[in-house]
Amino acid sequence: MTIDLLLFFGLAAVAVGAAIAMLLSRNAVYSALFLILNFATVAVFFLLLGAPFIAMAQVTVYAGAIMVLFLFVIMLLGAEQVLGRHKGGWQRPLAILLALALMVETGYLIFWRSDLVSVIQAAASDYATPQAIGESLFRDYLLPFEVTSVLLLVAMVGVIVLTKEERKKAG
Amino acid sequence: MVPVSYYFALSAILFALGALGVLVRRNAIVVFMSVELMLNAANLLFVAFARSYAALNGQIYVFFVIAVAAAEVAIGLALIVAIFRTKQSIDIDEISSLKG
Repeated sequence: MTIDLLLFFGLAAVAVGAAIAMLLSRNAVYSALFLILNFATVAVFFLLLGAPFIAMAQVTVYAGAIMVLFLFVIMLLGAEQVLGRHKGGWQRPLAILLALALMVETGYLIFWRSDLVSVIQAAASDYATPQAIGESLFRDYLLPFEVTSVLLLVAMVGVIVLTKEERKKAG
Repeated sequence: MVPVSYYFALSAILFALGALGVLVRRNAIVVFMSVELMLNAANLLFVAFARSYAALNGQIYVFFVIAVAAAEVAIGLALIVAIFRTKQSIDIDEISSLKG
């Protein structure tokens, strides 16, 4: 077994373990911290796959900004735990069954009908450098890039409108 | 070099775990975090395919997915805050006012 495979399986164990721990944690703050661990390991996977720019964007945007927002809202609401009795006991085994079915189906598609994924082409030496990404982004994908900026602006205005306190009617 | 199909398997496992989280958890914020896990699994698949075909497009798509996910998280958390203000709870079993 080579170093690459050892690294892959170690990181995969951390990623899957963090995801399972996120699901099982009673406290939402622990869930968020485990999700940050998962995002960090996926960023390392991006590095292994030759995507340094995406890996850094993952760390700064996902593990940084988005998860800080999550933690902030959890602590703002004081919603670490949902108390009370769980209704609908039949839903949980059914959900586990359905998730297992989803996993088996995707596994079947990948391992027994993998004619589409068997090709791995050698990458050029300047594959996916930040410079190459930037050139592609601003030449071929300029319109989607600008639309994304408008989308972020719309989201920002929407958040401000949604969270603004209702103003009391004067008079 | 690790076979790219291993990354596909890992992505499938993470996606299924995210779907499981959406189905079984009751805390709306944890449900939302599970959606992020699913998005992340799809991103991993995009980058693995991009590596498999030595193309850049997959990585560009991941960039856009990350940007849209940031907007989606901001809106979703604002909705959760608004729901908490009216119902004093984010238990998704409680949020059933639209039920017929």
